[in-house]
Amino acid sequence: MGALAAFPVLIITLMLQLAIISRLPLLHGTADLMLLVLVAWALQERVRTAWFWTLLGGVMVTLVSGLPFYMPVFGYLIATGVARLLRRQVWQTQLLAMFVTTFATTLIYHALSLAVLQIAGRGLPISDSLTLVTLPSALINLMLALPVYTLITDLAHWLYPAEIA
Amino acid sequence: MRTSGSQFFRTATIGIVVVGLVIFALSGYMQPLFRTAISPLVSAQTWLSSRFMAVYEFVTVPRDIASLRSQNQALESEVAGLQTQIIELEQQLREAQVLYALLDFARSSPASQYVAAAVIGRDPSPFLHYVIIDHGSDHGLRRGMPVITDQGLVGRIDALTATAARVQLVTDPGSTVNVRLQSTRTEAQITGSVTGEIELGLVSQDTTLLPGEIVLTSGLGGGYPPDLLVGQVISVRSSGTDLFQSASVQSVVDFGSLQAVLVITNFRPVDITPLIPTNP
Repeated sequence: MGALAAFPVLIITLMLQLAIISRLPLLHGTADLMLLVLVAWALQERVRTAWFWTLLGGVMVTLVSGLPFYMPVFGYLIATGVARLLRRQVWQTQLLAMFVTTFATTLIYHALSLAVLQIAGRGLPISDSLTLVTLPSALINLMLALPVYTLITDLAHWLYPAEIA
Repeated sequence: MRTSGSQFFRTATIGIVVVGLVIFALSGYMQPLFRTAISPLVSAQTWLSSRFMAVYEFVTVPRDIASLRSQNQALESEVAGLQTQIIELEQQLREAQVLYALLDFARSSPASQYVAAAVIGRDPSPFLHYVIIDHGSDHGLRRGMPVITDQGLVGRIDALTATAARVQLVTDPGSTVNVRLQSTRTEAQITGSVTGEIELGLVSQDTTLLPGEIVLTSGLGGGYPPDLLVGQVISVRSSGTDLFQSASVQSVVDFGSLQAVLVITNFRPVDITPLIPTNP
């Protein structure tokens, strides 16, 4: 059920990202709704399909983005890995883990994007990219982290109801 | 006999007086008298009528409030519906204005063939400047075709599916366009940047480069057709130690509110890569 739910949820997420979120920049940064959804899903306790969601979301973004095809998949897999790691070992408060993971994975994802684009021959200035794109993006992601986490938590509770002993 | 004569005289006197009063009244001489006589009556009538209406309203108000409330609700719902219609019509008007502008431009340049497409999305990565349009290979689009608006150059098709295409904007950091300065006919090159600014480069130091210079595509390299309007030079950076001058270019297209574009379908880009000499 969780795997099947990935298709409508991620398709809607991608549509919202392309049509709305990407058109609302802060300086030159925009939120990454797909990253937020995947991280929030990976932080859920009873969810067992986080890696599947990540692969599917990465492939969907790859289909529409100008980034090299491996970059979104690879970046989202790392983000999910970070989220699972924080959930299991460090944080007891998941909401706090959501904020920390959002900030960390935004930085990681953007660093990877920058590195890949530099290798691809696009001369992106590091300082401008950091101050005008990455940090504003991280701020918007943090602002959206709470509502996205709430919605995804409700979805997870609906799909994976708690077992009553 | 005397009595009947007196009777007649009295009747005649009364008749004369009455006729006189009528003549006076008709000729307006009695108006002050009438006004004086009628004014208290009108005042009394007004007082009576107002008191009656007050009592009448006091008795009938609850029924009126109920009907007025229902009328108000009906009117409010009608107003809301009309406002929604206005918003929809304004939106349609804006879209129609954009399409009319594109149509006018297409008519003014009959040598080219165009396919109009709507912008339906932007690239998820903030490092890239791509838009997604709602036409693809099924509509005759091919990779590399130039994309414009009635204002000027937008970019070119980078990838496409059967029903959609991804357009690389001239503001993308990976975009390079060969251009020509209109007044001096000097060849140069523009590149995009991560912030969306367009940089003009490769302008020799001998060239007089001033703000306001119009920048057009040159057609060199075969990537774009010549003489498409790109923008205007807004600031020049020149140093004696540099090999070339550079400048910032303000695009004529507002990429932030891009709604519809035209794809030039009868232009096929030329791949000159095999002609570029490689080091032995």
